[in-house]
Amino acid sequence: MLRYLLPLGIFIVLVVFLAIGLGRDPHEVPSPLINKAAPTFRLPQLKDPSKTFSAEEMRGKVWILNVWASWCISCRDEHPLLIEYAKSGAVPIYGLNYKDQRDNALQWLSELGDPYVLSAADEDGRVAIDYGVYGAPETYLIDKNGTIRFKQVGAVTPDVWEKTILPLAQELNRGTK
Amino acid sequence: MPRLIGLVFLVLVVFGPALGKDAQPLANDPALEKRLNNLSKELRCLVCQNETLADSQADLAEDLRREIREQMQAGKSDQEIINFLTQRYGQFILYRPQVTPTTYLLWFGPFVLLLAGLVILFKYIKQRRDLIEEQPLTVDQRKMAEDLLGSDSGKESA
Repeated sequence: MLRYLLPLGIFIVLVVFLAIGLGRDPHEVPSPLINKAAPTFRLPQLKDPSKTFSAEEMRGKVWILNVWASWCISCRDEHPLLIEYAKSGAVPIYGLNYKDQRDNALQWLSELGDPYVLSAADEDGRVAIDYGVYGAPETYLIDKNGTIRFKQVGAVTPDVWEKTILPLAQELNRGTK
Repeated sequence: MPRLIGLVFLVLVVFGPALGKDAQPLANDPALEKRLNNLSKELRCLVCQNETLADSQADLAEDLRREIREQMQAGKSDQEIINFLTQRYGQFILYRPQVTPTTYLLWFGPFVLLLAGLVILFKYIKQRRDLIEEQPLTVDQRKMAEDLLGSDSGKESA
């Protein structure tokens, strides 16, 4: 009996491993930055390059950093959702304009609307490297102490927003987590 | 007509490469470029995940090579640069992940499987050997055989 059950058992284990492995999105790489301090930066603001924006300024606030670019196709899909979420006023959304040309970025915002409190211009992508960005759009939820609590690679979906980002942001705002 | 095609072909061959992406300017230091190349062969491009950082033409790969080059020029060791990258992108960027409890299965799993295979193989061989081992006839069996074969053959074999 064992001589039939053993190979069958091994086969089932193999199938389960393969099923889990194939069901995963290989582009979702676990970020080592979760629960680590958000890297500091100081960058010129997109709309007014004479002013700068620094992550330090956001101490004491729960906020979202959204990496976007006018050349990024999934950003276009994500954009209407961001506008809706920004209107709800639940969490302030700041943009990191990633390796973009200023004119294109400004045109994008005037055409599609601007969900961001402000966007910082990361023209050569150095700040994005510090944040471990490898595929825009990426979204970070950062708490009052400047710790990254959540990261979404790829477009934010209503599901992720309602089930993960929003509840977590509310808890962080109440200080219960 | 063939002439025209030939001309178009010639134009493409001569000017085609010029249309491609400009090569990254090499640093003046060939030793450093060699070091950069060796290190980036060990690193995965996160955009096109089956390519090394050395091979990839993705924008991010170019940025990361620039970053690595600058850090090398600043006198950082390979290990420091690897730490810099894994802090940001995780172990996934390494083609040879470090040996930590989370990667034990990855590193030692194949050897465990090999060992298990060897154990099963030896057991199997031993079982086979037991099966084919010579079993001497009992006195009764021998007598029976002699009876069947006739008394002569019994004497000859004895």
